[in-house]
Amino acid sequence: MTPELESAVREICAAHDRDPLRLMDILRAVQQRCGSISSPIIARIAAELRIPRVRVESTATFYAFFTAQPTGRIVIRVCNDVIDELQGGQRVLAAFEQELGIRVGETTPDGLITLTETACIGMCDQAPAALVNDVVVTRLSTDRAREIVQALRANPDPKALVTRLGDGNNGHALVGAMVENNLRYAEPAYVFSPLARGVALSKAVAMSPAEIIRAVKVSRLRGRGGAGFPTGMKWEFARAAPGDRKFIVCNADEGEPGTFKDRVILTECPDRVFAGMTIAGYAIGAAEGVLYLRAEYAYLRAFLEDVLARRRAEGLLGQSVAGKAGFNFDIRIQMGAGAYICGEETALLNSCEGLRGDPRNRPPFPAQRGYLGCPTVVNNVETLCKVVKIIQDGPAAFAEHGSAGSSGTKLLSISGDCKRPGVYEVAFGVTLRHVLELCGAEDAAAVQVGGPSGQLVPRSQYDRKICYDDLATGGSVMVFGPQRDLVHVVRRYLDFFAEESCGYCTPCRVGTRLLIERLAHIQAGRGSPDDLAYLEELGQTIKLTSRCGLGQTAANPVLTSLKNFPEVWAGRVRARSNGHQPGFDLSTAVGAAELIVGRRSAHAHAAS
Amino acid sequence: MSQKIELTIDGREISAVPGQTILSAAEEAGVYIPRLCHLKGLTPHGSCRICTVLVNGRPQSACTQPVAPGMLVENDTPKVNGLRRNLLDMLFVEGNHFCMFCEKSGNCELQALAYRFGITAPKYPYMFPQRTLDASHPDILIERNRCILCGRCVRASQELDGKHAFDFIGRGAHKRLHVNAEARLADTDAAVEDRAVAACPVGSLLRKRVGYALPVGRRAYDHQPIGSEISAAAPQG
Repeated sequence: MTPELESAVREICAAHDRDPLRLMDILRAVQQRCGSISSPIIARIAAELRIPRVRVESTATFYAFFTAQPTGRIVIRVCNDVIDELQGGQRVLAAFEQELGIRVGETTPDGLITLTETACIGMCDQAPAALVNDVVVTRLSTDRAREIVQALRANPDPKALVTRLGDGNNGHALVGAMVENNLRYAEPAYVFSPLARGVALSKAVAMSPAEIIRAVKVSRLRGRGGAGFPTGMKWEFARAAPGDRKFIVCNADEGEPGTFKDRVILTECPDRVFAGMTIAGYAIGAAEGVLYLRAEYAYLRAFLEDVLARRRAEGLLGQSVAGKAGFNFDIRIQMGAGAYICGEETALLNSCEGLRGDPRNRPPFPAQRGYLGCPTVVNNVETLCKVVKIIQDGPAAFAEHGSAGSSGTKLLSISGDCKRPGVYEVAFGVTLRHVLELCGAEDAAAVQVGGPSGQLVPRSQYDRKICYDDLATGGSVMVFGPQRDLVHVVRRYLDFFAEESCGYCTPCRVGTRLLIERLAHIQAGRGSPDDLAYLEELGQTIKLTSRCGLGQTAANPVLTSLKNFPEVWAGRVRARSNGHQPGFDLSTAVGAAELIVGRRSAHAHAAS
Repeated sequence: MSQKIELTIDGREISAVPGQTILSAAEEAGVYIPRLCHLKGLTPHGSCRICTVLVNGRPQSACTQPVAPGMLVENDTPKVNGLRRNLLDMLFVEGNHFCMFCEKSGNCELQALAYRFGITAPKYPYMFPQRTLDASHPDILIERNRCILCGRCVRASQELDGKHAFDFIGRGAHKRLHVNAEARLADTDAAVEDRAVAACPVGSLLRKRVGYALPVGRRAYDHQPIGSEISAAAPQG
């Protein structure tokens, strides 16, 4: 390690008070400044922080945005989710490879550009998309990919790639992104409605914490992140939990493929998110809030920090918030580093503490023992926005929308084979058919509701309702037209889960790979009807024995498509009358031996 | 604090104390719940999932789930045991296990569980991973081909030995056991008498020069299935 590098690492550690709890920030800064987190750098960080080096390495090797191998000054991360692929993502990736003269995972010989793939970056409504360092480039084509490479070679500043600005606050000086909101429909409008700054918060601090919790309970608000836990009850638990120090954490790590509503909320109504956090803080008796922002949304960070600074200046954060003596509350932003699992609330808390993003065992639940062991409420971005509206307009106005078990509205992120992809706010209880009409997807052959962990819904079930009791969703709605190969779609979802599994528990770590192995057999035309039963049983084992939501839902693409699209699967397997095992390809199996002896096996090739 | 919690495991009523896990309550009552990543005296890990039981119909890991009054726990049932068999199968195919020549054979908990569940060959295809072996330490061998990522050594090193000789690095399929040094166990403060070494349930962390000292027939699981000592302690009548 050069002396310059060493002093850079020292400096970064010192700037973060040599605090192991801030290891994520330190690693992010080191990765950005040094291009990699190499073994000598890990040793240096460990020495500065006075923690075991393997503990640093454990965190550094967990997150996709940290690398041990040196990267170029610019890293191009091409989104590889299935929606991007269906819009031509693979061709875009190939164009990048060709223009750069390197393969995925490599760096150009001049050390300028590294090309890599990444999981969903939250831009499915403007796919294919990629990240160039923190700069988002959308609606890519092969031509555009070549232009981007040429532009970066002429001027290695990714910001210069932004040639036009997106709508709304995407055009704000501190965002400066070409991202579009694609806000299509908002009726009844709960999130994207006009709201004067500070009004709800003033109203909240005039109430008692118990009154606020009661209002949230009366509204029957449930968490909008996907799990749907009653928000008021969560707050009540945290308020009742013993401890002087409590936390509000806003989960802005929307990594579920096909989800991007939080991105639009954070762009257009960050004040509402922060107000929601502040109200929650008041309700449970917390003085500290953390917004956990996924690394893919780093382009929003300066803008969000600015909003926080302005709120501090306006007295909406800090000491005596909104004039309420004794109520002190502030918010900091914690950046992630590329790990879908950190959207799981306990994994997120570990990440905030500078640890691997492994989920924790529950109980204890975060409301009892969360961040730093203190009672913590983790709420989704959208949930917190809803709270603000509930306090301002009263819980009854909120609860009059929606269905019995699912009050209020839901933001949907709609992408794929539809005419108008984007963010839609709808009342709970709306039929999938109506949603498809709204977005212009009347010919949809299948719809994945709730992201890969949700269900693949066939045409015959389009009258089902979007709500917690039927088609539950954190917001992701991916539409597939009649021309799409659903087995391929399922395969890509499984690839995603296997890639994003934290690896902590056996069924998720091993089982997802076994599902892929058997799926690959079927895709290669070697599947038999037995394989479908095998997938079902293996999938059920993963579902029933996995430790967290990722593993418990990872087999859903297989299980729900086997149930809802039996004809698709039946068409991909065949029984063999000759008694041969279709999963075993004799000619391939003897291939290496044939090469060695220089002769073809008559048996092997007669059989196939 | 002597208040009792009553629950039912496989139709048998047992009593437990608040704060106890299902696994430890069952054990005290002489009911064996199979486990691999759990070792008495260490913080429960809940990673191998072998101890999965159905609690009021919902799957839970018995080693981490606290008891609650009136729980109906299904443990030794065809459905639950089927899940456990599948998990054991997964652990076998994920690594490179070579029981007949492993010096832990007969003392290995993974092997013993396979025997208990009647597994003669896994039904899943082998993955044949490429894994490394670390023989740098004078007294301890790390054979990662047999590591099942249970974390018993990781926890024992921290919680019992007061060290941090081991930890996991990487995620998902790339997760593996690593040592507190750039590469070699020899460069850590690990010692052969560390509880971490003895904590390994399989042949992954081995003391050197003691292998095969005890002949076949006199090893831990040669005569009685794993868990027999727990069920043998069940109150009679």
